Amino acid sequence: MSTETPLIGDFHAAPGATPLGGARIGVVTFPGTLDDRDAARAVRLGGGTAVELWHGEESLQGVDAIVLPGGFSYGDYLRAGAIARFAPLMGRIIEAATATSGSRLPVLGICNGFQMLTESHLLPGSMVKNEHLKFLCKDQVLQVENTSTAWTSQFTQDELIAIPLKNQDGQYLADPDTLEALEAEGRVVFRYVGENPNGSRNAIAGITNETGNVVGLMPHPEHAVEAGYGPDDATGMRNGTDGLTIFTSVIASLAGGAQ
Amino acid sequence: MSEQTVTDKEFNIDTVEHASTTPDTDLPWAELGLKSDEYDRIVEILGRRPTAAELAMYSVMWSEHCSYKSSKVHLRQFGEKVTEEMKKDLMVGIGENAGVTNLGDGWAVTFKIESHNHPSYVEPYQGAATGVGGIVRDIISMGARPVAVMDPLRFGDIDHPDTKRVLPGVVSGIGGYGNSLGLPNIGGEVVFDSVYQDNPLVNALAVGVMRHEDIRLANASGVGNKVVLFGARTGGDGIGGASVLASESFDDSKPSKRPAVQVGDPFAEKVLIECCLELFHAELVEGIQDLGAAGISCATSELASNGEGGMHVELRNVLLRDPSLTPGEILMSESQERMMAVVTPANAAEFERVMAKWEVEYSWLGEVTDTGRLIIEWDGETIVDVDPRTVAHDGPVYERPYHRPSWQDSLQADTFRSSQAGQNLPQTGQELGRALVDLMTSPNMADVSWITDQFDRFVGGNTALSQPDDSGVIRVDEETGLGVALSTDANARYAYLDPYTGAQLALAESYRNVATTGAIPMAVSDCLNFGSPEDPEVMWQFAEAVRGLADGCQQLGIPVTGGNVSLYNQTAGRAIHPTPVVGVLGKFDDVGRRTPSGYERWADGQAIYLLGVTADELDGSEFARGRGHLGGLPPAVDLEAEKKLGEILINASRDGMIDAAHDLSEGGLAAGLAEMSLRFGVGARVAVDGICERDGVDPFTALFSESQARALVALPRSEELRFTDMTSARGFAALRIGIVDATSGDLEVAGPFDGGSFTIGIDELREAWSAVIPSRFAGLGEATEAVRQEK
Repeated sequence: MSTETPLIGDFHAAPGATPLGGARIGVVTFPGTLDDRDAARAVRLGGGTAVELWHGEESLQGVDAIVLPGGFSYGDYLRAGAIARFAPLMGRIIEAATATSGSRLPVLGICNGFQMLTESHLLPGSMVKNEHLKFLCKDQVLQVENTSTAWTSQFTQDELIAIPLKNQDGQYLADPDTLEALEAEGRVVFRYVGENPNGSRNAIAGITNETGNVVGLMPHPEHAVEAGYGPDDATGMRNGTDGLTIFTSVIASLAGGAQ
Repeated sequence: MSEQTVTDKEFNIDTVEHASTTPDTDLPWAELGLKSDEYDRIVEILGRRPTAAELAMYSVMWSEHCSYKSSKVHLRQFGEKVTEEMKKDLMVGIGENAGVTNLGDGWAVTFKIESHNHPSYVEPYQGAATGVGGIVRDIISMGARPVAVMDPLRFGDIDHPDTKRVLPGVVSGIGGYGNSLGLPNIGGEVVFDSVYQDNPLVNALAVGVMRHEDIRLANASGVGNKVVLFGARTGGDGIGGASVLASESFDDSKPSKRPAVQVGDPFAEKVLIECCLELFHAELVEGIQDLGAAGISCATSELASNGEGGMHVELRNVLLRDPSLTPGEILMSESQERMMAVVTPANAAEFERVMAKWEVEYSWLGEVTDTGRLIIEWDGETIVDVDPRTVAHDGPVYERPYHRPSWQDSLQADTFRSSQAGQNLPQTGQELGRALVDLMTSPNMADVSWITDQFDRFVGGNTALSQPDDSGVIRVDEETGLGVALSTDANARYAYLDPYTGAQLALAESYRNVATTGAIPMAVSDCLNFGSPEDPEVMWQFAEAVRGLADGCQQLGIPVTGGNVSLYNQTAGRAIHPTPVVGVLGKFDDVGRRTPSGYERWADGQAIYLLGVTADELDGSEFARGRGHLGGLPPAVDLEAEKKLGEILINASRDGMIDAAHDLSEGGLAAGLAEMSLRFGVGARVAVDGICERDGVDPFTALFSESQARALVALPRSEELRFTDMTSARGFAALRIGIVDATSGDLEVAGPFDGGSFTIGIDELREAWSAVIPSRFAGLGEATEAVRQEK
């Protein structure tokens, strides 16, 4: 019997051996999604169970949180994230993330996932091509400026973290009123440190919604979860695992009944 | 047009029956790239004139690019010189889309390099992008999941205006396509040389992995099984790509060939990858073939001739992007992102379900037969009726004449030392230090991260090493850490001085790079880029290089598993330097053991050893290039020494003795020391006195000679005894030349020269080294577009 090449972040692998293993986190695959297996691996290494979700389906399968992973859904045709936003499953995600009764579904959008969140108006603003017009892949230092969201509770305020940045359309734009509101309400979650890598307004790398359950960021925490395969850090080459805290944060907040 | 010329309208209905009754019709065989004796042979095979559609098929399949007609007689050596021992890990050899090597634990790996040189010159973005797309489809066709790509690139002079058109387009094409597929780009090469001015080399390597039971082959078996074409629609792009673009030299007098370049859609390819893997997983295809050069002509004739020998196809069923295409054009189109598969009738419905899930278009074209004939119909009328073997395998084979160039002897006699350029060499500490900085800030030694930062190296989460380390390293099995290392190398200057030795030097360097990271070399793929085979001097270079490579592989005990030949790399009668690019694949039991190419900060005080001996070998070197000289003989090859060095590096990595290792190649010891410090910004203090004394060379030679089978390693002092015991047991030269210095931020080199030592600040060197490429190409977005419009 043939086996699916269990290469990268097997969705069906057992969760990590932690008491929080019960959290079920959905990872959505669209045509053109690239980092879904990586996101599933990050969920697993963070102690949760990754649930494979297909964009064309209608059911969230009762997951406790959602990750919209990076990639080039629909080839970035029209605009990055613009077509994915109309997937059937996105409708369910938008409903669950903005529910007026009960707890709101935690949603993390990474890179192309962040673009889907702005396209679907779960987060304000939008992304355009990097100021220098090129794809850029590098280790990026960020400052964590909001630790009260579902996805950042285990960071310390203003903590500096390093995770990979890799995108073509990463320049965050919003009108001045929106930017002012984001800053005033503390909704800038991650900010680029050092040279602004793409011309984002206010060096914004990631933001959250008013209720803190939806977070979008351009850099890739799921590529910094395993020593040996992440960005460089002080202990050695590719040892950076700062991204893992995003996944342990949401799992802890789910276990603690936060939200 | 004479009355007997086939008009466009008749082209559509030039049936076999029509061909039989109109034997005297003139056909445009010359325009399609066929020679008159080749055309006569087609008539002889068919016993009549070919139809327009048959002519289209034969012309592309018998092109140099598809038939290897000039190179075949030489390439046979790769098979003939393979020993049983070398075959032990070979699961699929040369001849399929890509060779397959056993990795153990039920895993297999497949990899291959191809060229997309001419398209990338004509239309840099699309040429380079579709080069990535094509090689990735070769990997999928074997049943593998592609896991990484690499790109050996060669451009003209860095300061030539046209390089500013070609390079940014090629780089963004590779990134635009590869990044969208979710494949990490883990290495490659960037070389600038005016010999590539009007003929850049854009080679692309892809590697994929699979379980043993998932290996798929390109054959159409099972009479009654259905033939399906799926993926993108067929359009008018790339018509004549193989026969015209890849099999001819460029000449200003000819019209623009841009329409012959294919246009890529990476999104369609990404969907195709996932869709094919789901088909393989569900065991829904009996045979599969990607559509690359020669499109449907190639896929139908190869599938048919590798299987039961017959196929019946209705060409009207092909989904078209452009409904005005003629049957011949449909057969020749090189539209990208298409695959052809053979499916049993029982699996057809399930196949259609997978297509629907991934929203991939498909059309059933026909079925496998046992007639021994490939029959293609157009609206029920037969337009092709051939023995598929005569199209796919029985193309012409040429014994092209070749002879050693008349200028080769005088070139080899013009050694660096005897030349004007070889006088007034740096001697004092100050001069040597200056020479090191000049070397590292020359275009070919400069930092290439402006280019590689446009590629995604993280996606997949399995990249253990990538540029600038000696090899790219990818984890295959997350449980065990089983993985592969890959390097591609070529030094065309060496190959120009002596093609036999030059090809072996490329092999040796690639082998060494893989071993330097700690992997055991297992297999070779090559991309042989040469000028016109119709030039006997170029043909000699080719024959010599192939002989050298085949002999070298035999001596190292690793087989060539596949590759590509790219000929006609010349413009206006001037050929490129012979450029045999060699890729070596190695295996790690645990990629966690991989050795990086520089000292990390915590390695302060570790001992630095030079492995191997240094001779006076400056001919063809980077230092000589800096002085505008190319002549003499390349460095000597000693493959036995390379094997020993490889064993030492692999054992030292496996046993955890060393913490950094870097091979010495272009730029010699000077470049090696600088690169090890630049890797993590950690300095070193070394002395060359011991090298000068032991090897009888002067300090300049010790630093800049490019003697082979050498590497630098750094190891904790606690491991020194164990390490030197290992090297002396093997009788391999090892010399402690210094220590890692993580505190000063300097590279300090002492030696028997005036001044006693020189010191280079790593930060200052980095600033100059990393500015070289951006200073030429940064901010070229709009300017490049303007140049492109002008072209």
